[in-house]
Amino acid sequence: MNTPSLEIKELAFAYPDGNQALYGVNLSVQKGERVALLGPNGAGKTTLVMHMNGIHPTSHGSIHVAGQLVDSKNKDSIKEIRAKVGIVFQDPDDQLFMPTVAEDVAFGPYNMGLRGDQLNKVVDEALQLVGMLEFRDRPPHHLSFGQRRRVAVATVLAMKPEILVLDEPSSNLDPASRRELADILRSLDITMVMVTHDLPYAYELCARSVILKGGVIVADGATHEILTNSALLAANRLELPVGFSI
Amino acid sequence: MYLHRHTAIHALPSHLKIIAAICFILVVVSTPVTQWGAFLAYFLWLFIVVKMAQIPFPTLFKRALIEIPFIFFAILMPFFGTGEKIQVGPFDLYREGLIAGSGIVVKGTLGVMTAIILSTSTTAREILRGLERLRLPVLMVQIASFMLRYVNVVNDEMERMKVARESRGFEATGVKSWKVLATAAGALFIRSYERGERVHLSMLSRGYKGVLPQEHQHKIKGSVWFIAMLYPLVAALIFITQLLIGTM
Repeated sequence: MNTPSLEIKELAFAYPDGNQALYGVNLSVQKGERVALLGPNGAGKTTLVMHMNGIHPTSHGSIHVAGQLVDSKNKDSIKEIRAKVGIVFQDPDDQLFMPTVAEDVAFGPYNMGLRGDQLNKVVDEALQLVGMLEFRDRPPHHLSFGQRRRVAVATVLAMKPEILVLDEPSSNLDPASRRELADILRSLDITMVMVTHDLPYAYELCARSVILKGGVIVADGATHEILTNSALLAANRLELPVGFSI
Repeated sequence: MYLHRHTAIHALPSHLKIIAAICFILVVVSTPVTQWGAFLAYFLWLFIVVKMAQIPFPTLFKRALIEIPFIFFAILMPFFGTGEKIQVGPFDLYREGLIAGSGIVVKGTLGVMTAIILSTSTTAREILRGLERLRLPVLMVQIASFMLRYVNVVNDEMERMKVARESRGFEATGVKSWKVLATAAGALFIRSYERGERVHLSMLSRGYKGVLPQEHQHKIKGSVWFIAMLYPLVAALIFITQLLIGTM
């Protein structure tokens, strides 16, 4: 069997104030899989994401990305991990901080050591993938929210990650932007972990879903089965929109 | 601030424009106030450059109003002082104060207008790049460019908070509402601080190691240098000519 893109074993984490967020998470994601990480507010989803690229140091358990251990103390290894795990944050304004779209997309690959024409090529490719190439020289604050979200995805794609992690990708998007983003995400040939409570979006994009609640994985299976199990959803404060049926 | 035009002045590299502006101001400042002929020539030359940059004169004068709070005391100087007095119209003015005050006003105006030419013909982003090329500490350039990026975001946030306050019937009236405004300012500060942390996290996630990407530097031709430096050079010529005439 191939090495999984993401392998989390018995991951536990408590914040310095003593508040424990994760109690032994086990999750394995195969290469090319698209997995929805569902869960109510405060379930520890974001905390889990922050572990995947070593922003939060692993205090108990282990995480492997494409076979490589995430170890925040090892500076060289963490640099490689951060190139492998591309996180798209919820608020694009947090992610887009450079004066123009192209410079922002170039930020990641630049830190990985790319320069000159090679850098330009990577930037254009990434912007092409999300359909934002014509906006390359515009400042981010002149773009619509949906466009900024797409550029945020491009900033991460430019690093050619092994795994793409999206935090609430559909939040605050109008229906058309939401669909356009779904089309883009579906077109990418990449392992994907999507943190969301937009259940129809998870159903549309991910064949597999896991539910995180109270710091543990309480369900892991086909999205179709999880979303049709109304007792399971209700127990985890998840609900399909009214009128939506699978 | 920036006005988009296609002129020779717009096309100059930003760091040369910054150097030219500073040199021009240095020449102006070192000219003795009594050489009023030189100042007339400076203004004439400045207006020619403004014309070349296709900056509308109303815009120039409107933006120059920003100096008023700074020259306010200079305007008062002729009225207070000691020494010889002269009669100007209905006013009894002190000669020393008049000379010193008008010197500040004239030199200040030339400086402000030079800065306006710079800021109107160069994008804020380019000015920052120019400063970076002039070896301003990277940290300062980074702070300024983050400010440039986030001033809109924070402003929008402030605007939303204001609308939300007013939607609940709040009206800013006098000292009583200061407490509310101060709390709002505090909230805005905390939010911006937290945003700063999130931005830093997202930077770390993309491999940030303390340096922002820098543009590849092109070699600048001597002729470009010369064109940029014409601005202070002509001013220097005016200064020297005036000195020579003055001594004759």
